[in-house]
Amino acid sequence: MINVFLNLALAILALAVLGCAYRLIVGPSRSDRIAALDTIGIVLLAMVAVLCMRLDTQALTEIILVIGILTFIGTTVLARYIERGSVIEDGDDR
Amino acid sequence: MATIVEWIAIALALAGAIVCAISAFGLIRLPDVYLRSHAATKSAALGVLFVLVGAFLFFWVVDGEINAKLLLAILFVFITSPVAGHLNGRAAYRSGVKLWKGSVRDDFKPVLESGGKSGPETAHEAEPPKRP
Repeated sequence: MINVFLNLALAILALAVLGCAYRLIVGPSRSDRIAALDTIGIVLLAMVAVLCMRLDTQALTEIILVIGILTFIGTTVLARYIERGSVIEDGDDR
Repeated sequence: MATIVEWIAIALALAGAIVCAISAFGLIRLPDVYLRSHAATKSAALGVLFVLVGAFLFFWVVDGEINAKLLLAILFVFITSPVAGHLNGRAAYRSGVKLWKGSVRDDFKPVLESGGKSGPETAHEAEPPKRP
C-alpha cells in the first residue's frame, strides 16, 4: 500500500521532468533553458529521495547531495557564461 | 505510532511531488523568463523540501536513525536554489532578454544606465522608474 503511493509520487515527478524538458527544448532564450535544466536537476533530486523511501535503503542519500551540488555549479557556470561570455576570466576587472 | 508517522512522511512525499508538478506547469505556461524563474526556483524548492523532509521522517521512524546527509541536503537546497535563480535572472537581463509586455516596472534598468556595473547603492540615487 505504501509502495503504491510512492510509485504515484515517482510518476508525478516524472511528469514534472517531462514539463521541464518541454521548456528545455522549446525555450526561446538560453536563460529559459538554463532555468529548465536547474529545475530538472532539483526534481531529479526529489526522485532519488522518493526512490530511497521506495527501496527502503539509505544507500542513495549521497547521490542526493552530489546531484544538488552539481546542479548548483552547472547553473552558476552557465549563467556566468551567458552573462560575460566566458566562465573563467584572467585579470581582475570584474 | 510508527505507522502514523510513516504515513505522514508518505503524504509529505506525495505533496512535494504534486508541488513539483505544479512548478513544471508554471514553467510551461508563464510568459517570460523572469516570471518563469518564480516557478522554476521557489515552488520547485518547496516541493523538494517537502520530499526531503518526508524522507528524513521516514528514515527516522523506520530505521530509527537520524540521517545527517538528508539534513545537509535540505540545508543545501534551501540555500542554493534562490541563489541560482537570482544568477540566472541577472544573466538573462544583462544578455538582453526582453521583459513581458505586461510587466509593470523595471527597477534594474536605471541602475544599469546610471552606473553600469555598480551595486544596489546607486539604485536609491537614480530616478524612480516610470510607470507606463
